[in-house]
Parts: sequence; C-alpha cells; structure tokens
Amino acid sequence: METAFKTAFPFIVFSVAILLAFQGVLMIVAYTVLAERKVLGWIQGRIGPNRVGPWGVLQPFADLLKFILKEDLVPDKSTKFVYFLAPMVALTAALLPIVVYPFGPPIKDPISWLVPYLPVIPLGSEANIVVWIAEQAKNLPLTIARIDIGVLFVLAVTSVGVYGIALAGWSSNNKYSLMGGLRSSAQMISYELAMGASVLGVVMLAGTLDLNGIINAQANSPWYMRWFIIPQFIGFIVFLISAFAETNRVPFDLPEAETELVAGFHTEYSALKFALFFMAEYVNMFTVSVMCVVLFLGGWYVPGLSHIFEVGSVPYALVSHAAFLLKIFFFLFLYIWIRGTLPRFRFDQLMSFGWKFLLPVAIGNVIVTTIVVFLMNR
Amino acid sequence: MAGTVLFFLFAGFAIACAVSMVYHRNPLYSAISLIGVFIALAAIYLTLAAPFIAITQILVYAGAIMVLVVFVIMLLNLDEDKPLNRLKYLYAVGGGLGLALLAQTFFIFYAVLKAPKAEVDPNMTAGKTMSIGRAMYTEYLLPVEIVGVMLLMAIIGAVILVRKMEHPHLELVGEGEDEKE
Repeated sequence: METAFKTAFPFIVFSVAILLAFQGVLMIVAYTVLAERKVLGWIQGRIGPNRVGPWGVLQPFADLLKFILKEDLVPDKSTKFVYFLAPMVALTAALLPIVVYPFGPPIKDPISWLVPYLPVIPLGSEANIVVWIAEQAKNLPLTIARIDIGVLFVLAVTSVGVYGIALAGWSSNNKYSLMGGLRSSAQMISYELAMGASVLGVVMLAGTLDLNGIINAQANSPWYMRWFIIPQFIGFIVFLISAFAETNRVPFDLPEAETELVAGFHTEYSALKFALFFMAEYVNMFTVSVMCVVLFLGGWYVPGLSHIFEVGSVPYALVSHAAFLLKIFFFLFLYIWIRGTLPRFRFDQLMSFGWKFLLPVAIGNVIVTTIVVFLMNR
Repeated sequence: MAGTVLFFLFAGFAIACAVSMVYHRNPLYSAISLIGVFIALAAIYLTLAAPFIAITQILVYAGAIMVLVVFVIMLLNLDEDKPLNRLKYLYAVGGGLGLALLAQTFFIFYAVLKAPKAEVDPNMTAGKTMSIGRAMYTEYLLPVEIVGVMLLMAIIGAVILVRKMEHPHLELVGEGEDEKE
C-alpha cells in the first residue's frame, strides 16, 4: 500500500498541479471576458452586463451554459474532419504553455510546519506518510514543468496555434472564413519574427532561456536594470505590438474584421466549437501577458520583499504570486483599453508595418544588445 | 519504463501519420499528417533528453515551414487528383527504393545489436542549448557561416523572382495558353 502510494505520488502531484493551474487560468480568462465587456461599456458610456448575479459576476457561467446548450450547426459542404479538428488545435496550442508558467518563487518547506500539529489529528500509522510527503515537497517549485528552454517552448507551441485558425478558415467552405484564415496565417508568420527577435535581447542579458532563470537574472541585476524593460525598452515595445498581432486583437484583428469579413475565420462556427476559439483567444492573451511580465517586468520578483519575509517562506511565495498576477492583470486591462481606443489597421498597412518597420527595429535592437553585452562581459 | 511506453506511443503516432501522409489524395490532409509526424518526432526527441532539438523541430518545421505549405494549398484550392496511370514505372522505382530503405534499417538494427553496450553518461549535455551553441560557433563555425550565406542567397533570389513577376511580359509559361483555348 505504502510503496504503491509512493510510486503513484508524482503522478498524483502532477495531476493536481495541472488541474489547479489550468482551472485557475481558465477562471481568470472567464473573468477577463466579463471585465472586457464591463470596461468597454464604461469606455463607451454604457453599463455593461449587469443582469446575471450582482454586478454581473455570474455572466461567464451564463455564457458557458448558453454555448453548451445552443444548436451546433455544421456547414453541409465543409471538410468535416478538419472542421472538427481546427478548434481543438487552437485551444490545445493555447493551453499548453501553462505548464511552463513561473507562477511564483520556489517554496523551501511548504508542509513541515504542519507536522507538529499532527498528533491533534488522529492519523495513526498514516503520520509517516505525511512526514514523507513533507520531505518530498521541499524546494517545491511553483512551475509544473521545469524545462530550461521555457521561452522557446512558449514561442513554439503558440506558433502551432495558427493552424487552428487557418484550417478553420479553409474547412468552413465560406469565402469570408477563407479570407480570415489566410489573413491570420500571413499576419501571425510575419509578426512571429519580430516577436522572436525582440525576445532575443532579454535572453542575451539574462544568459538563459529558462523563464525562472530570466526572473532571477532580473532580481540579481544592478538597481538601474532590475526590470529588463529599462535596458530593453525598444524590445518591450516591439514585443507588445507583435503580441497584439499574434493574438489577433484590436488594432490587428484583421482575421475577424466584422465590417468586411462578417466574423472572419469563425463565421461558420457555432455553439461549443465557437466557444473553444473564443477561449483560445483569451488564453493566448493571458500567455502573452505572462511572457511580457516575465521577460520585461521581473515576473514574480518584488523588489525589497526579501527584507520583510524570509526568501523561500510561504508568505514570500504568496506575496510574489499576487504581484505576478497583478502585473498580468495590468496587461489584460491594457488589451481591453486599447480595444476601446484604437481603430483597425488596413491589411497592407499591417504587413508593411510588420516587415518594414517592426522587424528592422527588432533586429537593430538585437545587434545593439549584442555589442553592449559583449563589451560589458569583457 | 515510462520512457519506453512514451516512445512506443509517439513512434506509433509518427508511423501512423507518415502512412496517412502518403496515402491521402487530398494534399491538405497530407500536410496535416506531416505536421503530426513532426510533433511526434519532437516528443521522441524530448524523451531522448534533447529539448532544444525538439523545440526547434516544432518551431521551424511545424510552426513555420508547414504553415507556408498549408498556406499555399489553401491558396491553390486544388481539386482531388485523379490517379495518374502514365506513371506506372514509378511503382517499380518506389518499390526498389523501399527495399533499399528496408535493407538499411535492418543493417542499422544489426549494427546496434552488435555494438558493445555503453553506460549512459548522466552528465551528458549534447542536447542542451549551451553545448549546441558552443559547438556551432567554435567547432562548426565554417558550416554555420556557409549555411547562413546560402540562406541569404535564397532570400535574395526569392525577392528577385517576385520582382520579375510584376513585369507583364514575364508570365509563367503555359498558364496564358490555357486561357486562350
């Protein structure tokens, strides 16, 4: 019994961690949608949703129920297999990066302080197991998968997400969908280059591709570059602009421009399949915000917090985690704010801006950073 | 144990995708199958402790090259091809090449079985980003530079080809004739 439990323990831990992280992110995403409708309402002098629950707080659940109960229409002449595959690809590619998010600093000893209280609870022979678990939980990282190329992992997995949109546009057998799919593939390939190049500057300063490593590098930097947004301001701006393009958000929401393409690539999608695309878009927004925070704003690192709490203690981790979420919320708000403010680009403007302005600026930033890092390390 | 299970899972997925890539008449289905092969291969690289190569596989092949392929297929909007009867002799060539590949595979099995069993070095870092970068910019600097120059030539060539198409007298051979008939 005990050995069986010990063998199964890692699987249980990973299952619980994945469940917690995915559920948490999806809840935040659901409320981002509500926040978007509320904030857009305020910007436009409206009230926004306020019927379901007090202040509209139950609106996301009502929306979900509606998506599940609605009739699921499938176009007669669509390519069925691809039509069903596309939303799954979109959401899978959007959700996968969650496994490498650095949610907070590692906790040195999260459970041991409980052990003295154990005699109060009548556990009997099970007490040994708790001690064993406490031993296992030492140096608990607040990341599901600790891989040392987290930056590349996020870029690679999100780049697969373009298939969801492109295939949806192609398989719907609808000219508006096809135009939306084509636009989005062209747009996402173009801006991926600028995005990758803008990340390189940070990677060179930090000397690692590990997301937690990048945060630690910022924490250990001299005060004038504690957040990499200061030495990498140009990289930050390039990253932010290409992030808007990568997530197909205003002002780069050409793939679903209502005025010309009805609803773009998801014109023919209804019910839960549309909900999957919708969720994928908002999870992608969350991912890009996490990358912004980790690469340029110090991630979970709060300057001066180590003087108040001991590094690696439970409160230190909790406060850091809260700071991490706050920074992310700022970026999510920025997305909504810009959506309420800016008009849409024209497609040729979008392309020439990406290739003729953003990419050269990003490459120039890489070259300058290379020279500076080289001179600093001499 | 878990590694073996994962290997057979992803290897089976890769083979199934490869077979479906060859057998599908619809070019888009073939492209999707090929993406499946790349993703399964990336997963196998991960289990072999080569994360950088795995991620590069997805980033470059699945995320960039195949997007272009899918893009082109979508733009051309091909009808399903009828089977071509005049290329019968290709079956013989394909069969011969397949036999050669099979022989090669068996030779590799044979060589692996004959090779002395070496202990796995836990400190081996061949798949790590740092060691790949170091090898590329010291030992293999010349090949890297040559590849870089060749890629630059390819980019410039592509730009020049596109530029020439803008002149009206330089049309693709054959396309204009079909429309006249």
